[in-house]
Amino acid sequence: MFPSAFDYHRASSIDDALDLLASHSEAKFLAGGHSLIPMMKLRLAEPGVLIDIGRLDELKGISEDNGSIRVGSLTTHAALAASEALRRDCPILAEAAALIADPQVRNKGTIGGNIAHADPASDLPAVLVALGATIHLKSKSADRPVAAADFFVDLLATSLADNEIMTAIEIPKLGAGTGSAYLKVEHPASGYAVCGAAALITIANGSVSAAKLAFNGVTAIPFAADGVSEALLGSDAGDEAVDRAMAALAVADPMSDSYASGEYRTALARAYGKRAIRAARDRAA
Amino acid sequence: MGITISVEVNGTTYEREVEPRTLLVHFLREELRLTGTNVGCETSLCGACTVHLDGLAVKSCTQLAVQADGAKITTIEGLADNGSLHPMQQAFWDEHGLQCGYCTPGMIMAATKLVEDNPDASEDDIRHGLKGNLCRCTGYQNIVKAVASAAKAGGAR
Repeated sequence: MFPSAFDYHRASSIDDALDLLASHSEAKFLAGGHSLIPMMKLRLAEPGVLIDIGRLDELKGISEDNGSIRVGSLTTHAALAASEALRRDCPILAEAAALIADPQVRNKGTIGGNIAHADPASDLPAVLVALGATIHLKSKSADRPVAAADFFVDLLATSLADNEIMTAIEIPKLGAGTGSAYLKVEHPASGYAVCGAAALITIANGSVSAAKLAFNGVTAIPFAADGVSEALLGSDAGDEAVDRAMAALAVADPMSDSYASGEYRTALARAYGKRAIRAARDRAA
Repeated sequence: MGITISVEVNGTTYEREVEPRTLLVHFLREELRLTGTNVGCETSLCGACTVHLDGLAVKSCTQLAVQADGAKITTIEGLADNGSLHPMQQAFWDEHGLQCGYCTPGMIMAATKLVEDNPDASEDDIRHGLKGNLCRCTGYQNIVKAVASAAKAGGAR
């Protein structure tokens, strides 16, 4: 099993990558290749040109700003999982990254490639939506920041334009009093999320001042259960309050396939959403 | 259109022209005739094709050979030292960590990195660390025993 023939170019800089993109129709960027190459081997993708951006060091690494953490788009899942900065100030992203596939895949797969591919069963999208992350896109003429919630537009489709490259993902640091958790039911063969629940809870003076719950794997794009999040506000986040808030969960158009029906995915969302909120609450203390 | 790449595999530098779509595993097996690295599922799941690339365990069925240009690669053929087995190979032998042997090269390449990164790996660490390697024969018991015994013996080397 190998891909259709294509022309290969190696970009020497971000500008060079954008120039190569502009001068080749049907070109795709190749980062870690762990979404694209499998698609190409299955001939589900047959780009005529690959532009290898894998050596652009300016797109790699994790840096800290005052209130945020900037993750280069070429940062691997292994690097996310091992990042001290993330473990300290945004542990849910490190936690989710450590659950992706297996060590070999995490050594090569990148956050940018992962979210540009926008597989609904992958682990990072809902986490980034719950965090309110900003995806930084760049064309030859402009830089364009996009909220994670607006980035994912449909199954395998994003708002990344044909003339843009993703440069970084900016994540707000979670302050004191905020707990987070990512829990996942994985497909036993593929490791992809049948349901992945990302929860963030901020507790101030004994009551919930901010909450966010979002799911991977349940709908075609990350599903933000805002009704549940709002129902948690002002509560003590005790088990009864969590149960009451979860009653507000309404999943429209859940995905169905031979492994899990929409009804089953919704049931998983109900159970794992609750567990994720409880875990986030316990960590908020 | 061929592209010339240079890779160091098991200490020897090779310069070859490859088609861009050539996967690293096919380059290793068919171009360099290093057939110890196996092709299993071809879908990045089974780990039979695991090699070390610039110090990391990776699945060579999910890399293009052109991506590896300039890289240092170790395959299963590169582990033994002058005919004496690497401690991880020896541990798989001693603990009978294989039956048909198809997954074994990938399993050993993943296991050597696992123990190198975490010399005190617990049984749980070993089981999680080998998540990317499937064995359809053994039920994993003897594989886990082998990795644990190699770890105990300082098997990373």
